[in-house]
Amino acid sequence: MSKEKVSRRDFVNIAWGVMGAAALAELSFVGLKFLSPRVTEGEFGGEFNLGPYEDFPVGSVTPVEAGRFYLVRLEDGGLLAIYRRCTHLGCAVPFDQASGQFVCPCHGSVFTNEGEVLNQPAPRPLDLFALSINDAGEIVVDTGAPIERDHTSPEDIVYV
Amino acid sequence: MAENETQTSPKEPLVKRVVHSIQRDPLPPEDDRGRMRIVMNNLFLHIHPTKTPKASLKFTYTFGLGGLLLLLASVLAITGVLLIFVYTPSPDAAYDSMIALQTEVYFGNLIRNLHHWAGNLMVVVAVLHLLRVFYTAAFSSPREFNWVMGVGMLLIVIAANFTGYLLPWDQLAYWAVTVGISLLDYVPLIGEPITRLLLGGSEVGAATLTNFYALHIAVIPLTLFGIASFHIWRVRKDKITVPRKISEEADQARVTTIPHLVSIEFVFALVWIALLLLWASFVNAPLEEAANPALSPNPAKAAWYFMGFQELLLHFHPVFGAIVIPGMGLLALLAIPYLDRDMDSVGVWFRSENGRWASLLSANLGVIGAFAFVLLDEYWLDLPGWLPFLPSYISNGWIPLAGLLLILIGFYEGMKALKATDCEARQALFTLLFSAFVTLTFIGIFFRGEGMAFVLPF
Repeated sequence: MSKEKVSRRDFVNIAWGVMGAAALAELSFVGLKFLSPRVTEGEFGGEFNLGPYEDFPVGSVTPVEAGRFYLVRLEDGGLLAIYRRCTHLGCAVPFDQASGQFVCPCHGSVFTNEGEVLNQPAPRPLDLFALSINDAGEIVVDTGAPIERDHTSPEDIVYV
Repeated sequence: MAENETQTSPKEPLVKRVVHSIQRDPLPPEDDRGRMRIVMNNLFLHIHPTKTPKASLKFTYTFGLGGLLLLLASVLAITGVLLIFVYTPSPDAAYDSMIALQTEVYFGNLIRNLHHWAGNLMVVVAVLHLLRVFYTAAFSSPREFNWVMGVGMLLIVIAANFTGYLLPWDQLAYWAVTVGISLLDYVPLIGEPITRLLLGGSEVGAATLTNFYALHIAVIPLTLFGIASFHIWRVRKDKITVPRKISEEADQARVTTIPHLVSIEFVFALVWIALLLLWASFVNAPLEEAANPALSPNPAKAAWYFMGFQELLLHFHPVFGAIVIPGMGLLALLAIPYLDRDMDSVGVWFRSENGRWASLLSANLGVIGAFAFVLLDEYWLDLPGWLPFLPSYISNGWIPLAGLLLILIGFYEGMKALKATDCEARQALFTLLFSAFVTLTFIGIFFRGEGMAFVLPF
């Protein structure tokens, strides 16, 4: 590279090209930033306090509309907050009380009450939200970011 | 010479001078020269050449499909602008504006129906236009890039339909768009950020409606206008293809565009406007109850033009059903005119006698094959179940894709063995895939019931 001579004409052309690319990159950055999603506080995406865990009977699945998730209390008392968005194509998955399963109406995916895939096409288990128990024994669910998982594991389940 | 005649003469009376300053050429034109000059000088007519090959005027050659697309785009622009005056793009108000269109606004329903049906018809007509160009080899050199632009515009027309689909903000709109946009989520790496950008968040909501509205009323129409202008300009520069019989040379004899072409177009446009008005007067655009993000309808179907892809998704791993297979199809579609070099068949329907039989056979095979595949997969084939030790993108992705490609290669080689040229074999392959895709779309629309189970529509 150092041996090769760059002619004045080539240098000017390259300089124009570089500056043009830089200008384009800057404008694209401004455009993308301008269009990027805004985060609204206090709506879905915030924390939800659901009150004392004793309110949720063992072996129950309770929908939390505003948080777009289900609070699942397993037979052994373990707790899960399952995001209602189907991992297949984003439909709202209803819980079928009769069979004790999540059955997606859109494309027929079926999940256990822990979110495990029983019937495809869903490619992975239902997403979770972080769930914790505060000092007063109340359930707190953070809907900030859904937790994606490749398979269910006992470590997902929160015990009191 | 033309310079002199378009100048206004100061000796004419004022009214005549004003009229003459607007319409420079005499109306009606008295001879062929005058007719050609009007076509050349008029802003609207100049998309035509001054003379047109007589043989290309034959209705059963072009079926007026390109012109019909232009007419539909105009109807959509006019009705669309009217709808902007009534519509409010926010989740709280959008559905109310739909109700207002139906109950309060004079002719609100008619304008919405016109817009809805013209938009849907445009997808169908764009595909028919593509088929006409394909089966008459009208994309051959030097027209390759015009084909590429055409395919691009087909995608834009679908994008226009898709963004418009959300605006009524009813159950149909909400869930069709949720399902449709989730397809994008499966694109590796860039899918998730693009989806977030389009949705303006992680789910369809207020930001999504604003984004889709802006795309629908500004970005997409302007882009379409730009590309369509380029497309039509190229048609004039490259000259329209001329139909011919297999054994004959094309008859290049030309007639003046006024009146021969323009009168056909005028009548054609009037007939279609009448048909659209009739249809829109009696058939209402669908409107379900207001969108409810908590309740997916059963079954939740995408817009009808996406049902072929949704059907693919039932049979393949999502990355394959939503991205790999449609992506390969699109690339093949774009590559077609650049591959097609071994036959000079511009203007011949289906290229040759062989080509006609091969196309007919392939179209039937496509329908039968698609039905057989869907039924097999529904009731017997269960690769992920048989191969539980493999991840789903292999058992339900790579393996069936490889099987499919083997079948297609076998079909192509079989056609060649039956003495088809490369051109005819490619045409047969395209016909097979297109007819299979249309069949899948029909299955998705009519043969899918609750939980997307296979049902009979009758």
